[in-house]
Amino acid sequence: MPVPRLSSAFALALLAACFLTGCGSEPRSVKAANPVKAVTDRRPAPEFALKDADGKTVRLEDYKGKVVLLDFFATWCGPCKIEIPWFMELERKNKDKGFSVLGVSMDDEGWEVVKPFLADLGVNYRVVIGNDATAQIYGGVDALPTTFLIDRNGKIAAVHIGLASKKVFEDGIEQLLQDPGGIIKDNADASRGMALPAFSPRTNTK
Amino acid sequence: MGEPQKVAGKRNAVLQVKIPVTVKEGYHVNSNQPSEEYLIPLKLTWTAMGALEGGTVTYPKPALEKYEFSEQPLSVYTGGFLLVANFKVAANAPAGPGAATGKLRYQACSNRACYPPKTVDITVSYQVQ
Repeated sequence: MPVPRLSSAFALALLAACFLTGCGSEPRSVKAANPVKAVTDRRPAPEFALKDADGKTVRLEDYKGKVVLLDFFATWCGPCKIEIPWFMELERKNKDKGFSVLGVSMDDEGWEVVKPFLADLGVNYRVVIGNDATAQIYGGVDALPTTFLIDRNGKIAAVHIGLASKKVFEDGIEQLLQDPGGIIKDNADASRGMALPAFSPRTNTK
Repeated sequence: MGEPQKVAGKRNAVLQVKIPVTVKEGYHVNSNQPSEEYLIPLKLTWTAMGALEGGTVTYPKPALEKYEFSEQPLSVYTGGFLLVANFKVAANAPAGPGAATGKLRYQACSNRACYPPKTVDITVSYQVQ
């Protein structure tokens, strides 16, 4: 029976899907022994302006001085559903210590699917709807979940692509909360830490 | 890969077209009837069928696989499998070549991460005899 050509196109699409992870099945997560990067190795987290469920604009600079867990997720993502309850617990335990979780939904259908999803899970932290521009400035987020730990200075201290362990998040947040703010103590530290973002501080998005 | 063979038949003939699909090792796609409501199913739809009618798709039997992120086994396809499209040549089909076009939507995951749903174009070339 004659068969139309498909598998090469399909395989190409799958290759594109796995491009970011290097086609491996394991996430590139930081080991629990070193849950965050050294201060001098951290780069500024890109700024964004996205809308929350109330239509208010949320910017990363709103969280300056706080430790932030920035979670890119989607309602169709099984691994994301495993991590979200952990993040709810972390929000509950640490919100009074200068910590916040911010979810970024990558659902094309937007609030129509995200609002009921959040209500069903009882999500207790702020969520915004992401877009391709934001995903691009964060390194081309494709695999979900992709989670960033951002220190009090707005620097990316850790990145977890794919399902990580609850412990690695707990350890990373604990370490960042103990950090008084990654204060640059001398000129040598200042010169190493002053990498400017390669884009404007304010990114106007939907 | 070479050009696909054309499907051929007379008016009113029944045609079954096998569409091979390959999922890269280490990944899976949800089946056409996923275990959970929130999962995006594999779905082939036809956008234009030309002189062909019907186009119902027969999906293979899925596997039930347990993953790190799922409490229960998921209904998935892995590796190579075939979709079968069932057509009938229209009674008034003009003789000659034609093509049916469609879209295959899928959503893939590894054991620990998921990727946005994607759509690929499908073309079935046929000849009405």
